[in-house]
Amino acid sequence: MPTDDSPPVITGIGVTAPTGIGVEAHWAAVLAGKSGIERISRFDPTPYPVRFAGEVSGFSAEELVPSRLIQQTDHWTHLALAASEAALADAEADPSALPEYEMAVVTSTSSGGTTFGQHEMEALYQHEPEWVGAYQSIAWFYAATTGQLSIKHKMRGPCGVLCGEQAGGLDAIGQARRLTRRGARLVLTGGTDASLCPYGLAAQLSTGKLSTVPDPARAYLPFDRAAGGYLPGEGGAILVLESAASAAERGAGRRYGSVLGYAAGFDPAPGSDRPPALRRTVLRALAEAGLTPDDIDVVFADGSGLPAEDLAEARAISAVFGPRGVPVTVPKVLTGRLYGGGAPLDVATALLALRDGVVPHTVGVDSLAPGCELDLVTEEPRTAPLRHALVLARGHGGFNSALVLGR
Amino acid sequence: MNAGQPARRRAVITGIGVVAPGGVGREAFWRQLTEGRTATRRVTLFDPANFRSQVAAEVDFDPVAAGLAAREIRRMDRAAQFAVVCAREALADSGLDLAAVEPERIAVGLGSAVGCTMGLEEEYVVLSDQGKDWLVDHTYGVPHLYGYMVPSTLAVEVAWAAGAEGPVSLISTGCTSGIDAVAHAVQLIEEGSADVALAGATDAPISPISAACFDAIRATTASNDDPEHASRPFDRDRAGFVLGEGSAVMVLEEKSAAEARGAHIYGEIVGSAGRSNAHHMTGLKADGREMAEAIRVALDQAGLDPTAVSYINAHGSGTKQNDRHETAAFKRSLGSHAYDIPVSSIKSMIGHSLGAIGSIEVAACALALDRQVVPPTANLHNPDPQCDLDYVPLVAREHRTDVVLTVGSGFGGFQSAMVLARPGVVAHGRS
Repeated sequence: MPTDDSPPVITGIGVTAPTGIGVEAHWAAVLAGKSGIERISRFDPTPYPVRFAGEVSGFSAEELVPSRLIQQTDHWTHLALAASEAALADAEADPSALPEYEMAVVTSTSSGGTTFGQHEMEALYQHEPEWVGAYQSIAWFYAATTGQLSIKHKMRGPCGVLCGEQAGGLDAIGQARRLTRRGARLVLTGGTDASLCPYGLAAQLSTGKLSTVPDPARAYLPFDRAAGGYLPGEGGAILVLESAASAAERGAGRRYGSVLGYAAGFDPAPGSDRPPALRRTVLRALAEAGLTPDDIDVVFADGSGLPAEDLAEARAISAVFGPRGVPVTVPKVLTGRLYGGGAPLDVATALLALRDGVVPHTVGVDSLAPGCELDLVTEEPRTAPLRHALVLARGHGGFNSALVLGR
Repeated sequence: MNAGQPARRRAVITGIGVVAPGGVGREAFWRQLTEGRTATRRVTLFDPANFRSQVAAEVDFDPVAAGLAAREIRRMDRAAQFAVVCAREALADSGLDLAAVEPERIAVGLGSAVGCTMGLEEEYVVLSDQGKDWLVDHTYGVPHLYGYMVPSTLAVEVAWAAGAEGPVSLISTGCTSGIDAVAHAVQLIEEGSADVALAGATDAPISPISAACFDAIRATTASNDDPEHASRPFDRDRAGFVLGEGSAVMVLEEKSAAEARGAHIYGEIVGSAGRSNAHHMTGLKADGREMAEAIRVALDQAGLDPTAVSYINAHGSGTKQNDRHETAAFKRSLGSHAYDIPVSSIKSMIGHSLGAIGSIEVAACALALDRQVVPPTANLHNPDPQCDLDYVPLVAREHRTDVVLTVGSGFGGFQSAMVLARPGVVAHGRS
């Protein structure tokens, strides 16, 4: 396989998110500021202090997932199967026409087939071991989505699964980019997650990071004076990432943008007096892209909605770009945090922003917290010529990742 | 190499830590293997009476004796405990002065197939009141419950143990996670994203839900009457794999830096590749085509011919289909030389610890290079006629070992191969 050092391009996007199924439905909802957060319907949330989340409403596995796979896989994988089909269609890519070993699948997940796993554990503990079904072994584990996508699209190259909680999605795209440098032509990448089952929610509650604000419009307000945590969501995005040479060779009709730079860094262990890793991770991603801060026209922030984390992120952004030095946005307020799917969805949104020259707004934030000296785009989308976007993601425990996209 | 170009960055192994059935620590592990002793037994970690497979390879692990602090023990799932103990052993073994390395130049590539399953399941039983409540009672959750749900916790713990602030990743590609995680860390060193990496994998899956899910697909052995001899790779009487647990974590360093500080180098990782069969989540095609391709690419990266391979550490899980698939892959990739190479499966002794085993096998390969001994395949008395290679039955063998190949095969259809060499054996950079 030839190696290719020019930046890989994104030629297709598939979205299954609370903001919509399909890339244009998602983008229209984002620009309209239409939230996908509603009262949890998958189970009765009454016993829990968090009752709102971003569900992918209107998703029909019967229509979007091969019938055989519905029983064999978790909802998290259903969402990825549908998104991968849409992404390949969007890219007008036919995997059967490309060399089998030069296509790969690299996805991210934070927690695997949580709902499937709760059902099977219930079968085990309410009954007998033999009540556990044959598909538990292939539905629950974290590699299920990558494996199923590889089989479905006959992609036999170096597949991967990266788990970095909410940062893992950028790591997956970074790994996909690395593969194109080592000879891969086309990589299905990104990720989804779906932990909206009672046990999944209970586990998320243990962090104390979820917002218990009862008004869903006020519950997740990153960088706001009233920030009090975040709401969870499900879904994400799958991207078709191709080497520039391969996209040109097959005459790809569409290029949303290029992946110019990527870096990952890890925060110091608790109790350390060393600085957090986000600032230097951003600088490394910029250096990898051969860009300076002035070249970045918009930052899609991680925006956890926790005051201390918001302040740390705002300081890192200001340290690189100067106070209010770059437009910043957090469209994930419309979906809740999607874990392994969150950063890939942000990348999809950033590519659409670059395409259309418009920065989507952060709905609901109206009063920045003290110390957050950001040019946060609020109230309405902001039209601007956009050349480059920076996407940030952080994961529980200390993960930091940064990805630089170009038009 | 062209004059004026910097030497290609390479990754070498300078420290090894192992927690495996039969012994905690690298030397106990190596004794277990080279003495050909099996560590499989009737399950003690839970009551296996109602299960089809009642055998496992368990670690007799005392977290206090292994040096973990009270808070670490409280916070960490068993899989995390294994990994942290291994990381500390590997760092001590490497002799590396961490204070002399910039934290942001230290990376972690850790693999795990099933993450913190044990902690997740134990807590589920409490929150659901033995499965009675679908709407589980979250108020019974331990503070670290979320840390059990996300496998990335395992990489976090190793990063904290090593003071790593570079790229930290948890790789979860099922049963190839161990090889894939080490390969990921090698990539980080080769591309210049790190100078030092903690690389390995961990799994602690011996719990009712894991046992039940392998029972359901009859992947694990039902040879419950004779647990010590239940793991029988390549034998005609093999009847499935024996679930294991454990971890290996290695210190990888950029080669020139390791040489400059005079580190003991176990071996150099000179090639690795992954391929997928895109065939079936658990089924294998008999021809071993994609594993053979992974082997071919890994050797090609190393610039080595099949005849250079002096030992193969097999996946050798002991399922009917695996051992034939893999034997076919060796013949397909190495030609007639496959018959001349000793091949062994350490799963015959320490079971199949899912994602962890790949890294434990990389550690075994590094020790084979270092000690010039290849471990045996225990319990191999009656070879399957379709498995007709030299599987080093029963007894370890002194053997000139310059280049070793290790392979993994797993659910999802993933096939991985890695090639390691003694220092100085592979002179040329990669093609």
